[in-house]
Amino acid sequence: MEKQKAQIDYNNPVISIRGVAKAFEDYAVLRGIDLDLFQGENLVVLGRSGTGKSVLIKLVSGLLKPDRGTIKVLGQEVTEISEKELQELRIRIGFSFQNSALYDSMTVRKNLEFPLVRNRKGITRAEIDKAVEEVLDSVGLSQTINQMPAELSGGQRKRIGIARTLILNPEIMLYDEPTAGLDPITCIEINQLINQVQQQYNTSSIIITHDLTCAKETGDRIAMLLDGQFQRVGTFNEVFDTDDKRVKPFFDYNFIQ
Amino acid sequence: MDQASSTPPAKQKKRSRFGQQLSDFFSSVYNIHLFILRFFREAFVPPFEFKEIIRQCFEVGVRSFTLITVTGFIVGLIFTKQSRPSLLEFGATSWLPSLVSIAIMRALAPLVTALIASGKVGSSIGAELGSMRVTEQIDAMEVSGTKPFKYLVCTRVIATTITIPILATYTGFIALLGGYLNVAQNEGTSYTSFMQQVFQPLQFLDFTASLIKSIVFGFTIGIVGCYQGYYSTKGTEGVGKAANGAVVTAMFLVFIEEIIIVQITSNFR
Repeated sequence: MEKQKAQIDYNNPVISIRGVAKAFEDYAVLRGIDLDLFQGENLVVLGRSGTGKSVLIKLVSGLLKPDRGTIKVLGQEVTEISEKELQELRIRIGFSFQNSALYDSMTVRKNLEFPLVRNRKGITRAEIDKAVEEVLDSVGLSQTINQMPAELSGGQRKRIGIARTLILNPEIMLYDEPTAGLDPITCIEINQLINQVQQQYNTSSIIITHDLTCAKETGDRIAMLLDGQFQRVGTFNEVFDTDDKRVKPFFDYNFIQ
Repeated sequence: MDQASSTPPAKQKKRSRFGQQLSDFFSSVYNIHLFILRFFREAFVPPFEFKEIIRQCFEVGVRSFTLITVTGFIVGLIFTKQSRPSLLEFGATSWLPSLVSIAIMRALAPLVTALIASGKVGSSIGAELGSMRVTEQIDAMEVSGTKPFKYLVCTRVIATTITIPILATYTGFIALLGGYLNVAQNEGTSYTSFMQQVFQPLQFLDFTASLIKSIVFGFTIGIVGCYQGYYSTKGTEGVGKAANGAVVTAMFLVFIEEIIIVQITSNFR
């Protein structure tokens, strides 16, 4: 399915990252990166395993703190705001984890209700049920409502993970390896879902992946992370129209596969 | 020849490893204190997770109930049976109910309950939170605007602190029942007479000390289990280590606390 043209406001960055560095013990993962995510945009961050892609979105959501640099999300500096403000900001950001991170001990319904009940004070039972049904319907998994996460397939878990973030109507979505470990058909479905979320919920998204098909189908812009820095940023064709020996094999391998 | 070069390499290595272990030990002690402080900072500030606390109390109670019933009964029965020959030598078997009640109420009931709960509840909390940590469920709670510490840690620690004293009281009565069966079988003592002799030597201090002990044990088991699980790392291996660490550390601390509380309460007798 062809990706519909997104309405992107290039004058309105929802995330601005400047000079961010992060090291774990002696290993510098990110070495002073700059990046903007614009309103309505799907930005794909590509790179090899261990290059700090997931670290980047964990920094954005405040799960990790940078060693230096600034991260502005929806106008707020993540490293400087109080814990309460960070908690309020996080409600406006959806985070879809690589392994879905569904709560094992809860049914799908409880998983979806969990963030809603905790963040919308005074919400009625009828409103909760309506929101759960709507969000499940939008990911096409209404029939799984009473199932436990262990009973779901990998693709279904990903969808429920996305649904759990969507229930709070986030303005920004962060996807960590949304197609990792899935079969090609399910990958296509997940890519379509990411595009559908962008259109339906008017979200701006950072999609972390090393799957070029996912990057091509979902990304309005691609940022290639190499050696702890963004070496190439642009449209899919702009990024891969190069003889750079660090970029070319990435493209060749993915499409030969 | 300087001192360093005269030391065998293996010994040098051992010394540095020892230094590392010492440093790890002190940083763990520091971290667990921060963890306890965080518990007190978050547990008594609204919003309160009453529903989850009740659910956890139920979980802790149900998880240990059968084992505590069986163990408590056997401890009471065996203790009475093993004490009888010594008292028989002095013709003092009539003191058996008093002896059993003092031993059970002052020491055995809280201690046995705490040790069983360390194994059943502590390991379970360590493994559960450890598994949630390595599968990013705790991170998922954090990014969805929920305070995972309050929801996962505070509720479990409060639940163990409330439930273990209740279980310890129950263990005491079950152990006394075991003791009664043995006494009744050998002496033909009636239940009423046995119970009168059981409560006769007990003082208010015995009940208070036993209750305080159980509260401290319950808090320790909850905090240690949660600490081990909440900061678990290294994938599935880390989950196993968290469960194991929760049991070993909690049991060790329970014995240390037992000694300290006994020393303190003996000053009031």
